[in-house]
Amino acid sequence: MQKDSFFNTLLADSGARWFLGCLLALVTLVPLLNGLVSQDSVLHIPTYAVSLMGKYLCFALLALSLDLVWGYCGILSLGHGAFFALGGYAFGMHLMREIGERGVYGHPVLPDFMVFLNWENLPWYWWGFDSFIFAILMVLLIPGLLALVFGWFAFRSRVTGVYLSIITQALTYALMLAFFLNELGFGGNNGLTDFKDVLGIELQSDSTRRGLFIISALALAGGFVLCRWLLKTHYGKILLAVRDAESRSRFLGYRTENYKLFAFVVAAMLAGLAGALYVPQVGIINPGEFSPLNSIEIVIWVAVGGRGTLYGAALGAIVVNFAKTWFTGAMPELWLFVLGGMFVVVTVSLPKGIVGIQFYRDKLFQHKPKTLPTPSSSEASS
Amino acid sequence: MNQPVLVHGEKILNESILYLDGVTVSFDGFRALNNLSILLEHGELRAIIGPNGAGKTTMMDIITGKVCPDKGDVFYHNQTINLATLDESEIAQLGIGRKFQKPTIFEQQSVSDNLYLALKANRGIWAALSFKPSRPQQEIVEQVLERIQLIYRQNDPAGSLSHGQKQWLEIGMLLVQDAQLLLVDEPAAGMTDAETEQTAELLQEISGTKSLMVVEHDMEFVKALDCKVSVLHEGSVLAEGTHSEVQSNATVIEVYLGR
Repeated sequence: MQKDSFFNTLLADSGARWFLGCLLALVTLVPLLNGLVSQDSVLHIPTYAVSLMGKYLCFALLALSLDLVWGYCGILSLGHGAFFALGGYAFGMHLMREIGERGVYGHPVLPDFMVFLNWENLPWYWWGFDSFIFAILMVLLIPGLLALVFGWFAFRSRVTGVYLSIITQALTYALMLAFFLNELGFGGNNGLTDFKDVLGIELQSDSTRRGLFIISALALAGGFVLCRWLLKTHYGKILLAVRDAESRSRFLGYRTENYKLFAFVVAAMLAGLAGALYVPQVGIINPGEFSPLNSIEIVIWVAVGGRGTLYGAALGAIVVNFAKTWFTGAMPELWLFVLGGMFVVVTVSLPKGIVGIQFYRDKLFQHKPKTLPTPSSSEASS
Repeated sequence: MNQPVLVHGEKILNESILYLDGVTVSFDGFRALNNLSILLEHGELRAIIGPNGAGKTTMMDIITGKVCPDKGDVFYHNQTINLATLDESEIAQLGIGRKFQKPTIFEQQSVSDNLYLALKANRGIWAALSFKPSRPQQEIVEQVLERIQLIYRQNDPAGSLSHGQKQWLEIGMLLVQDAQLLLVDEPAAGMTDAETEQTAELLQEISGTKSLMVVEHDMEFVKALDCKVSVLHEGSVLAEGTHSEVQSNATVIEVYLGR
């Protein structure tokens, strides 16, 4: 019965209905149009486009996870890309191990870059990554653990606002510099690439691409439902209370740092999952993913789509990345101006983002009848 | 240490809900509280008055753990617990509730959700994830909604309430929190005369079962509370007594009332 009422409230709001409906349509239509429609047809979706959309969906999940902490608990993380990249690296390590002897150097155990560096043995932190299950666990646990340790110190010390944003930015920057080092054992500058297959299935095949697309869409829907559930519980209401009046919540007896920490860890795990799904679809993960600029871009996606709605964040990620793909192809020199421009326009005139357009329209229409005298009120006044 | 100590004449410390003992706190050299000692009995209603900067709000900050005293102890519940060593949420969980001078409620959430947020319950995350109000808990919230006359507004966002209604909502939050000691900072600010009168009645009703400390500027309101009054001046107690005693005290008139 509780489940029933949850799904009723989940679908009660039109944004959520549209969002899940569109995802469902994508999951069914895109693979069909790619796999079953002949290549000559106008309706055919080429495989590269399937992967591109899969990538957008991973970004959407990443944006959604940022919205959980930014929109609902007021933590503006400017280092959220770090969790995404760590998830990506964890899954990339598994894909590297699956290459086996097919590397350029043909070493039975070591990945190419380790052979190249004359390493003799696999470092201990690569152990276990030959197992798919282990890798998936790490995809969630490593970002989660980093968020737990980092958040524990930051929230306990009551670091908030811009100071918190700056140290999250420093965190991702430090990780980027570390991952550039060859000695760290993650492929340095080049990162991890040349993946062959996943679970014994060839990565480049059309069906694998379709499969990854479907899994990405399902992960996005799952992440959305999870966040909606979290926010619907009493925990979610407390989280909003902490966001709006943290010190007041403390005087009610809540350990606000723990409430923030929990959301931060959940968000980091979702970001890690997004990274893990991203890597097999783009075929590479390198330290550039830790770049502070990437993390700032995620914030822009959420702001453009509409902060504090979840589906708005996902939509923002898709819209901005679609624009990025188009602009960087058609007029690359303009892209950064467009990105900055979008952010400025949204901040100045659309604080609720694209999904807030409905809200502005309602406000306009609500306002109008008040300025026009209605028959009854004019009678009363005369 | 645990022997009953006699202060304030016959008052035995072991029967106090709250006992501040020689509390001193300074901010950047300014002594906000200066060797302040004050004792509150179980079920007592106490009004605190004093000019601006007398240390009224700082005293509340000390009791609720927002500020740590430089010197002195803050004992709670028969001198069994020293609050000076605890933080805000621990102190709140011990049953000390606070209403702020400026009403601080959760404006984005509904009136009833504000009460559910304050409702006495397990404050842990796991408990919050599976929390569903039980029938008795719902009844408590409904009773309080009626008592603070906001039952017809229960589903409206708390931010849409009038100033006086927000004050009442915050008092309601103290009630559902089931606090044993209520610290109430300027409850009558921004209220109409009728509302002020009702608030005084409500606070009097609560006292007896709960202990209350009310900070107020409005002397009419303090008179209506009809309780013991402590006058704070420059961080310590200047005078204590009934409303009329305090009002006729020459030093009090000089520093505060006469102005």
